[in-house]
Amino acid sequence: MEINIATPVLYTLAGIFGLLAIATMITFGLALSHWDTDYSELNARVKSWWMMVTIFSLSILLKHPASIIFFMFLSFIALREYLSLIPTRFSDRRVLLWAYLAIILQYFWIYIGWYGMFLIFIPIYMFLLLPVRMLFNGETEGFLNAIGTLHWGLMLNVYTISHLSYLVMLPQSGNPIAGGTGLLVYLLLLTEINDISQYIFGKLFGRYKIIPKVSPNKTVEGLLGGVLTTTGLAIVLAPWLTPFDFIHSACLGLLLSLTGFIGDVNISALKRDLGIKDSGTILPGHGGILDRIDSLTFTAPIFFHFTIYFYYQGQLL
Amino acid sequence: MKRILRIIFFLTTKIIVLVLLGLRIQHRERLPTSGAAILVANHNSHLDTLVLLSLFPLSKVQHLRPVANEQYFLQQSPCLAWFARHILNIIPVATEAGKCGENSCHHRHFFKNCAEAIAQNQILILYPEGTRGSPESLGEFRSGIAHLAKQHPDVPIIPIFLHGLGKSLPKGDFLPVPLLCWICIGKSLYWNGQKQIFLQQLTASIHKLSEERNLSL
Repeated sequence: MEINIATPVLYTLAGIFGLLAIATMITFGLALSHWDTDYSELNARVKSWWMMVTIFSLSILLKHPASIIFFMFLSFIALREYLSLIPTRFSDRRVLLWAYLAIILQYFWIYIGWYGMFLIFIPIYMFLLLPVRMLFNGETEGFLNAIGTLHWGLMLNVYTISHLSYLVMLPQSGNPIAGGTGLLVYLLLLTEINDISQYIFGKLFGRYKIIPKVSPNKTVEGLLGGVLTTTGLAIVLAPWLTPFDFIHSACLGLLLSLTGFIGDVNISALKRDLGIKDSGTILPGHGGILDRIDSLTFTAPIFFHFTIYFYYQGQLL
Repeated sequence: MKRILRIIFFLTTKIIVLVLLGLRIQHRERLPTSGAAILVANHNSHLDTLVLLSLFPLSKVQHLRPVANEQYFLQQSPCLAWFARHILNIIPVATEAGKCGENSCHHRHFFKNCAEAIAQNQILILYPEGTRGSPESLGEFRSGIAHLAKQHPDVPIIPIFLHGLGKSLPKGDFLPVPLLCWICIGKSLYWNGQKQIFLQQLTASIHKLSEERNLSL
């Protein structure tokens, strides 16, 4: 097995595993010192983090197509979860298959590095194709709902997540220090740290609710804590993993923490509309896949296009 | 040889079920770990049997006996018949009501097969609706399950509610759509002495599992 990855990325991964080890020790410590409180959810959360980080690390440490397959599978299980939770019409079963097929094609464009097709395939071609296939069924009742929810699902679960995968394909020239993989690790780490710190600050100091109707746990204090932590970390890590200067990394930190928050609340609104608590039980303590990728659905495309605009202009198309 | 083929089929089923469907199992601990048992589930799709088989470990591969329609599986094509007999290891049952009465040779043969399987600590998989109904609906139960329960009062009968498979692969279709499948396993029931009450109890427990699933979401 050949490991072809920049040293700063390796160190960052090692650092993440270190953080996880500390988190595990803290949960053990809490369970020992507060034996009367139930920490099983926290425990399950940390365990799921170990699993997710290990699988992700393996996928970027292995050779080239491994990470594309990883994200393709992630898109697949996210779309499958979404389509199982939303109401779909029985007559649209074949149309759903076409939507699944779009996952393979979208990641194929990434594999062959066809940037233009990667950008327009789902927003334009699938947008036009899905209603055509649906029209053949001849079922007009609930048509708008069916086509709207299906395409939204494809955008949310496949298109946005595929931006993570394209980061790995970016040429080394834009980020000589750590390459596309460095950008990917930077984005994922910031998004997840933002989630965790918003959660912790919210638990510790949360008082003023931002949008109690959609997500009662979201507080101003939590959001501010997340913004500060994420922006700080974005500035510290930037010279290590990315080509960003001080201003760019500070803006990105701010942008990622705010869009991550919106991505999270976006899925909360979806779940509230469907009348469900968690989107699943696939990740113990976290819920389903949608619960975990919620922030990424917003941060991934935002980060991607920010980076392309400032550092890769004219290098891709 | 058959054993090897069966193991290969079993492993392939497990992988396909996991990748295609992704199981959401509620109360896995209620599945039998040893001894004979009768699994009773609602029937909406060919995938039902594959999903139920995939719930068990590889060591149980020789012990699982789906009860299946004789006409559909054994009298249509020799290939399907061979597969049903030797790989799926089915216990055939005639579901045509008009053809033979309750006490005809056919049914006696079926109950004898079941008794033999139970004596060997095997696990029966049974769909009391008799056939694949329309998606996500529970048809009326036939009385065969009550007879079986009466003959084996100490064998646990485990009600199972399956949700999602009728949409993934409904009757009459051949391309499965990847969608999540919920498997809700209920507490085991035993024969209580009265046919009608037993059937009602069984139907009610499966309905309850369906309601519990809706609440847990």
